[in-house]
Amino acid sequence: METDDSLTALDPAYCKVLRISAGVQALVLLVIAGFLESLPPPPGSFLIPAALLVIWLVAIAPARRFARWGYRLDGDLLRIAQGYLFYRDTVVPLGRIQHIDVRQGPLMRRYDLATLTVHTAGNLNAGVDLPGLRHDDALAMRETIRQHIKQAQP
Amino acid sequence: MSGSAAVAEAPQPAGQRLHPAGLLVGFVTNLPQLFVPIAAVVLGGDSIANATPLLVAAILGGSFLLRWLSWLRFRYFIGEDDVRIERGIFSRNARSIPYDRIADISVEQKPLARLFGLGEVKIETGGGKGEDASLSFVSLAEAERLRETVRARKAADGSPDPAASPEETAAAPIFAMDRRRLLTLGFYSFSLVIFAVLAGAAQQFDFLLPFDPWDLGRWIGLAEDQGMAITQIARSSQLWGAVLGLAGLILIGFATGIGRTVLTEYGFRLDRTAKGFRRRRGLLTLTDVVIPTQRVQAAQIGTGPIRLRRGWHWLKFVSLASEGKRDSHHMIAPLAQLAEIWPIIAEAGLRQPEAEMAFEAASPGPWIDAWLIELLLLAAGLGIAAYLAGPLVWWGLLLAPLLALAGWFSWRHRAHATDRLQLYARHGWWNRQLEIARQVNVQSVSILQGPLLRRRGLASIEFGIAGGKLSFQALPLAAAQAIRDQVLAIAGPVDYSQLGGAG
Repeated sequence: METDDSLTALDPAYCKVLRISAGVQALVLLVIAGFLESLPPPPGSFLIPAALLVIWLVAIAPARRFARWGYRLDGDLLRIAQGYLFYRDTVVPLGRIQHIDVRQGPLMRRYDLATLTVHTAGNLNAGVDLPGLRHDDALAMRETIRQHIKQAQP
Repeated sequence: MSGSAAVAEAPQPAGQRLHPAGLLVGFVTNLPQLFVPIAAVVLGGDSIANATPLLVAAILGGSFLLRWLSWLRFRYFIGEDDVRIERGIFSRNARSIPYDRIADISVEQKPLARLFGLGEVKIETGGGKGEDASLSFVSLAEAERLRETVRARKAADGSPDPAASPEETAAAPIFAMDRRRLLTLGFYSFSLVIFAVLAGAAQQFDFLLPFDPWDLGRWIGLAEDQGMAITQIARSSQLWGAVLGLAGLILIGFATGIGRTVLTEYGFRLDRTAKGFRRRRGLLTLTDVVIPTQRVQAAQIGTGPIRLRRGWHWLKFVSLASEGKRDSHHMIAPLAQLAEIWPIIAEAGLRQPEAEMAFEAASPGPWIDAWLIELLLLAAGLGIAAYLAGPLVWWGLLLAPLLALAGWFSWRHRAHATDRLQLYARHGWWNRQLEIARQVNVQSVSILQGPLLRRRGLASIEFGIAGGKLSFQALPLAAAQAIRDQVLAIAGPVDYSQLGGAG
C-alpha cells in the first residue's frame, strides 16, 4: 500500500468526526443486533458478530480512512485521493470546475471543519467532495479556484 | 471588469432573501405531497378520538415551519464575479457559481406563482447532473433584474454568444438512409432482441438495443395463448401448433422490429450545416435536431454479432446537451459501413484510430478474480438448493466453465489506446463498441483501485467527459498514472470557456 507524500493530509479533527459518525452507525447496528438476540438461534449469534463489526467500524476503520484521504492544490490541478478499501484518486483541472460548494453540517461545525465540493461538467465526478478542511482553508481554496477561473477568461 | 480585479476581495454585501410570498406559493404547490401522511392520520384516527384535526394541523404547521426556517436561512448574493447561494437549516451549504460558467439563466412562471407576480429563476452551468441553482421564488421584476445582471456580467467577461446562423439545406446530406437500408435495419432490430434473450446475456445490450421487457412479456403471453388453444386439439397436432406458434412469434418479432424502426428512422437524413450536424428522421413524429459541432465530446461506434457479418455499425455522438441535460447521446448513423462513418466523425473533429495503432489489452487478472467470486457464489447457492431439493442440483456446477468462458470473451475484447490527441476504448464481445474522445475534452480523471486490483498491482482509470465517461480497465498502476499525467498535461491548461460551445 503506497502512501503519497505529495498529498496534504486533512485536519486531524476530521478523524474524530469520522469516529463519531461511525459511532452513531455502530449504535444503530448494536440496537438491531440486540433485538435480533430474542430470536431462536443461540445467544450471541447476532451480538458477537455485530460487536466485532463495531470494533472494526469505530476503532480501526476511521484512522485508516483518514490516513488515505489527501489533497493537493498545485498550479492548475486539484487532486483529491480517498478510500481505504476502494481507493479513488481524482484530479480535476481548476479550469474545468463549474461551481463550488462549501458545506458545513452540525458535527463539522463543532470542530470548525467544512466540506469543499467541486462540480465538473462530466457525468462522472459531477461533484467531488473534499471533507475535513478547516472552514477558513475551504473558503481560501474556493477563493483560489474562483480567481483561477476568472483569470482564465480572455 | 476593468480595474475592479484589485478590489475583488472586498467584503460581500449582506445578501438577499427570497420573496416572502413565495413561501405561500411553495407551500400550496407542495400540498399534494402531504396527502399521504394526512390520509394516514385521517384513516388511522379512529383509535384516538378527536386527535385527527390536531394531527392534521400539526402536519400542515410543521411543513410550513420547515419552509419558513429554510426561507430564513436562504440568502443569495449577486457578487463581483460570481452568484452565491447560502442555504440549509442545520447543514449549511454555500455555493459559488462564477459568471463565466453560467450556461443558461431562465425564469419560469407556474400559474400560482404568476398570480402573485412571482417567478422561479433557474441557473444552469455545464455541471453534470440536474439544475445547478434555483431561486424559488422572487418577484418578477427581481427575476428580470437578475437575468439582465447575469447576462451583462457574462458579456463583460467576453464569452461571445455564437449567433445562430440560418439553416442551409442546399448541399447533399452527409449521411442518409434509403428504404432498403431502413428495412435492413428493421430486420436487425428483431434478431438482436431475440438472440440477446436467448443468450441471456444481460451484459452489454444496455442502450444499443431498443429492448424493453414489455415486448418480451407480450411475446410470452402470445405463446401461452397459442399453447392454451392447442391443448384443446388432438395430441398429435400439438407439434404443429408449436411450430405455428413459433412461426407466429418470429413473424411478430420481425414486424415489431421493422415497424418500430420505420416509425423512428424513416427518412433519416444527416446534414452538415455551418453550426453543426442537423438530423431529421421519423415517420409520424418528425424530429429535427441540431447538434453543434463544438459540443461533440466523443464518438461511439458499435455493432452486433449479426450486423458485423455485413460490416454494419452504428454511430453515436456524446455531446454536451444543450437543453435540460437530457439526451446526451445522439444517434448519428443507425446503420452504416465504417467507410461511411469515418468521414462523419472527421467532420466533428475526431479522428479514426490509425491502422497500425496498438491497443493495450486489459489484464486478465480481474477476469479470474471475478470468476472465482462467481464460482463461490454459485457453490453457495447450489449448496443451499441441494440442502432443500436434493443432491441432483449439484449438476449446476456445469455452469462454471460457461461463466469462465463468458468472462474470458468479455475481457478479451477489452482494450484501450492513446495517441497524442485522443483516447480510445474498446469493449464488449457480443455487442462491440469503440469509443473515441479528445483528450482536451476530459473534465476530470480518476484512478480507481479496489482490494482485488491492488493485490495484482493493477488499477482502472476513468475519464469524466461532458455527457458521458470513458474508462480503461485493469492496467498496471504505473501505466495508469502515466496516462493520467499525459492527459492532464493536455486538458489541464485549457479553461472550460475556451473549449467552445460552452458559453
